Amino acid sequence: MNISRKEFLRKIQELEFAVIELNLFLDTHPSHQQALADYNRLTQELMNAKAMYERQYGPLTNFGYAPSQYPWQWALTPWPWEDDYDCKEDMPCGYMKKS
Amino acid sequence: MWIYEKKLEYPVKVSSCNPTLASLIIEQFGGADGELAAALRYLTQVWTMPIPQAKAILTDIGTEELAHWEMIGTMVYQLVKDLPESKIAGTPFAAHYANHGKSPFPHNAAGAPFTATYFNSKGDPIANIYENMAAEQKARATYEHLIRLSDDPGVTDALRFLREREIVHFQRFGETARLLQEYMDSKRYY
Ligand SMILES: [Fe+2]
Repeated sequence: MNISRKEFLRKIQELEFAVIELNLFLDTHPSHQQALADYNRLTQELMNAKAMYERQYGPLTNFGYAPSQYPWQWALTPWPWEDDYDCKEDMPCGYMKKS
Repeated sequence: MWIYEKKLEYPVKVSSCNPTLASLIIEQFGGADGELAAALRYLTQVWTMPIPQAKAILTDIGTEELAHWEMIGTMVYQLVKDLPESKIAGTPFAAHYANHGKSPFPHNAAGAPFTATYFNSKGDPIANIYENMAAEQKARATYEHLIRLSDDPGVTDALRFLREREIVHFQRFGETARLLQEYMDSKRYY
């Protein structure tokens, strides 16, 4: 994967946005076959992208949704409101800086 | 059960320190038509909804509103986090700082603390869904006010995204209102 963490995250946000939109539409149109097919296709794409992202940069979700490398990455990787989260283009910033 | 995702729904990038703008957009963090009120309103109404589509849409829009609340909190924080303490006095953010420091806190732009009286759950599906449609329009109007007040391009971009979400939510609640009306009518007459 030759894109930066920031670009990768952006791609996940785009895919997830499409899936959220389709999800809300399907809530009120549960028998809409085209929307359902789109939802299933994009969900698969999103799941693959997230799994690949998490292997490189640490977990996006906790509570058993993604395994962690040593040490416990969930606590040690940056949070979305922190400067480190939106890091320099090519810096792999899935790991906490040594203090 | 809820799962947290360690990312924002939409990327937020503020351009510079701006305590005035922080004190304005906090309206959507803890105001009457803000994201916290929206999330709690919808998530509180799910128990008494009679049809599956309504339970689903309230759960899912309520959950999305929590992600919007996180975006607003992130913007409020980023607008003040690098601001030197000495520069806070005399800004509209000073009154907030006196109590909360640089932490976001749910109150509105005029300082009134968040209250559950901002929303209701009537145990009546039609009354609930029309409250929700009105709430989405009021949130849209608030975002338009904030977009006019914003002088930070990054904040304006995120506010535009959030405004558009209110329009989509209004649309989905309108469809839910029709489904609920059909359900009530079928129960009454057949
Ligand atoms: Fe909304």
